[in-house]
Amino acid sequence: MGGRGEREVVIRVRGVVNAFAGQVIHDGIDLDVYRGEVLGVVGGSGAGKSVLLRTIIGLNKPKEGTVEVFGEDPAPHRERPENSVQMRWGVLFQEGALFSSQTVAENIQVPLREYLKMDQELMNEITSMKLSMVGLPDNAARKYPSELSGGMKKRAGLARALAADPELVFLDEPTAGLDPISANQFDVLVKDLQKSLGLTVFMVTHDLDTLRATTDRIAVLVNKKIKVGTIDELTRDPDPWIQEYFSGPRGRAAIAGGEA
Amino acid sequence: MSAVDIDSQADARAWLRTERQGRLLRVLVGGPWLARDAARLDGLLKDLNLGDAPEAEIDGSAVTRLDSAGGWLLVRTKRAMERAGKRVRAFNLPEVYAPLLHTIEQEHTAPPVTMEKRHGFLPFVERTGRATVETGRQGYRMLGYLGRFMIEWMEAMLLPRSNLRIAALAHQVEEIGINALPIVGLLSFLIGIVLAYQGADQLRRFGAEIFTINLLGVGVLRELGGLVTAIIIAGRSGSAFTAQIGTMKVNEEIDALQTIGLNTFDVLVLPRVLGLLIALPFLTLYADIMAMIGGAVMCYFDLGITVPVFMRQLHQAVTMNTFLVGVIKAPVFAIVIGLVGCFEGLQVERNAASVGKLTTRSVVESVFLVIVLDAGFSILFSILKI
Repeated sequence: MGGRGEREVVIRVRGVVNAFAGQVIHDGIDLDVYRGEVLGVVGGSGAGKSVLLRTIIGLNKPKEGTVEVFGEDPAPHRERPENSVQMRWGVLFQEGALFSSQTVAENIQVPLREYLKMDQELMNEITSMKLSMVGLPDNAARKYPSELSGGMKKRAGLARALAADPELVFLDEPTAGLDPISANQFDVLVKDLQKSLGLTVFMVTHDLDTLRATTDRIAVLVNKKIKVGTIDELTRDPDPWIQEYFSGPRGRAAIAGGEA
Repeated sequence: MSAVDIDSQADARAWLRTERQGRLLRVLVGGPWLARDAARLDGLLKDLNLGDAPEAEIDGSAVTRLDSAGGWLLVRTKRAMERAGKRVRAFNLPEVYAPLLHTIEQEHTAPPVTMEKRHGFLPFVERTGRATVETGRQGYRMLGYLGRFMIEWMEAMLLPRSNLRIAALAHQVEEIGINALPIVGLLSFLIGIVLAYQGADQLRRFGAEIFTINLLGVGVLRELGGLVTAIIIAGRSGSAFTAQIGTMKVNEEIDALQTIGLNTFDVLVLPRVLGLLIALPFLTLYADIMAMIGGAVMCYFDLGITVPVFMRQLHQAVTMNTFLVGVIKAPVFAIVIGLVGCFEGLQVERNAASVGKLTTRSVVESVFLVIVLDAGFSILFSILKI
């Protein structure tokens, strides 16, 4: 894998068809995500952004087509081989999906404990580091998810996703529900981590500022198909939905903000 | 000069080496410093002898890959050197990792997370104390809730509001009563069989097989029919009340109802409790009948007692009172099960774990209260000589 091109393909989606209750959501989707890039996924409500994400991380089996992550089938295994894809990626779900019976620190330590067999002391140090990385105060470590605000849950979820230093991170609407300052910090954080860890990021988002600030390429789900390109390429796309999306008042403001 | 770890496959695994050059301690690191190797590297670094050199440097120019766990281990080592009073002359890593190290060094200033100790004797005493206090508060709150229910109920009965929800009530009666017929019927039938069989076995020794029917009639009608039905319904419907209302609470539906101006009591609690109040006595009657049928079947096959004989003997053994004593308890059980179920549902906090916890508690509490009340009724009836 990755031998023939100049860039290594981390996620390879080929001809994926998804349909629920007779309604086709994806009709033949092809997508390549390269190592080290930040890909933003946008689309109208019900366009199947989350379904695409769930298909790639193996939670949803497509009706047709194949998905490969690091060249492997991402479906959950019964046994856990060393170096399985689950060990190499981190997922931030929309509401954080923190385990409610565990504290934030214990949540972050789940991947560390399960896969890396670290000392409790080192796990505590790493937990503390991840907490400060995502901008949570240290006293959040002992809190239970029910005691956190929505934004804090998201940060804690990100800390858990990043705990075992994955190569690939999936973010489902990471900035939705955050105030603009936190959202901005989040963008900076993602960009920083991507730069310093060489992270590949697959991000579902509607935040145009985030798209402009962090993504290298954008995938638009429209009419059951996918169109991938940079912001500049997509603004020139004739599709009416894409035009509306990037040239509507919000889109223009975000793009203008980027150029200023 | 001392080598701490020289790995044979230095390219594939992270390595670490120390060199002493006069006043300078050099720590050389290389290879992929990644989280998957962190446990091993952590051990190596902990064993590292910093020695008495006044100056130190960390040379990581041979590091091929670095992630935040690896970066943290190096930063931690550097800090340990500084704490040991050494002057750290250099901390070299490939330029690509500068942003990562910056992130780690700048932001991580807080002391490491310390985990709360949750095992041992003292925490056990603490938990016991908290649980005791919480039980007291729980009883107090439930008493308040019973009062509120009484008032709301009286209001609903005396001044029938046009919005007493008949449709919701009918739905609850169907759900609690009609849908429970198979399970209640089957279990009562089996209890009838078991009781008749065991009774016949014992009484046969005295040649008094026929009194099996007395045992069956009095035992089931007075006690077992109502008790078993109430316990099944506590497990079936009481838990459902808690889970339904609790899930609504998690989902903020209860808040939505209140902001729309609806009385949650009218909408959620009254239909459920009244539904139980209607359904449970009928279910008890049904359970009594099924148990009698089960007993009759057993008597026929085991003792050869035909159905007419069974009926005659049953008629002599029990009076209307026996049956009424059993059924009169059903509405009380219904109110207890319904109130506990709804009350615990409304206690749910906004997280998923809480729904499960309180559903369990609801079932345990209602079964407990049903049995305690049954015992209370027994004492009461024996004082009243019924």
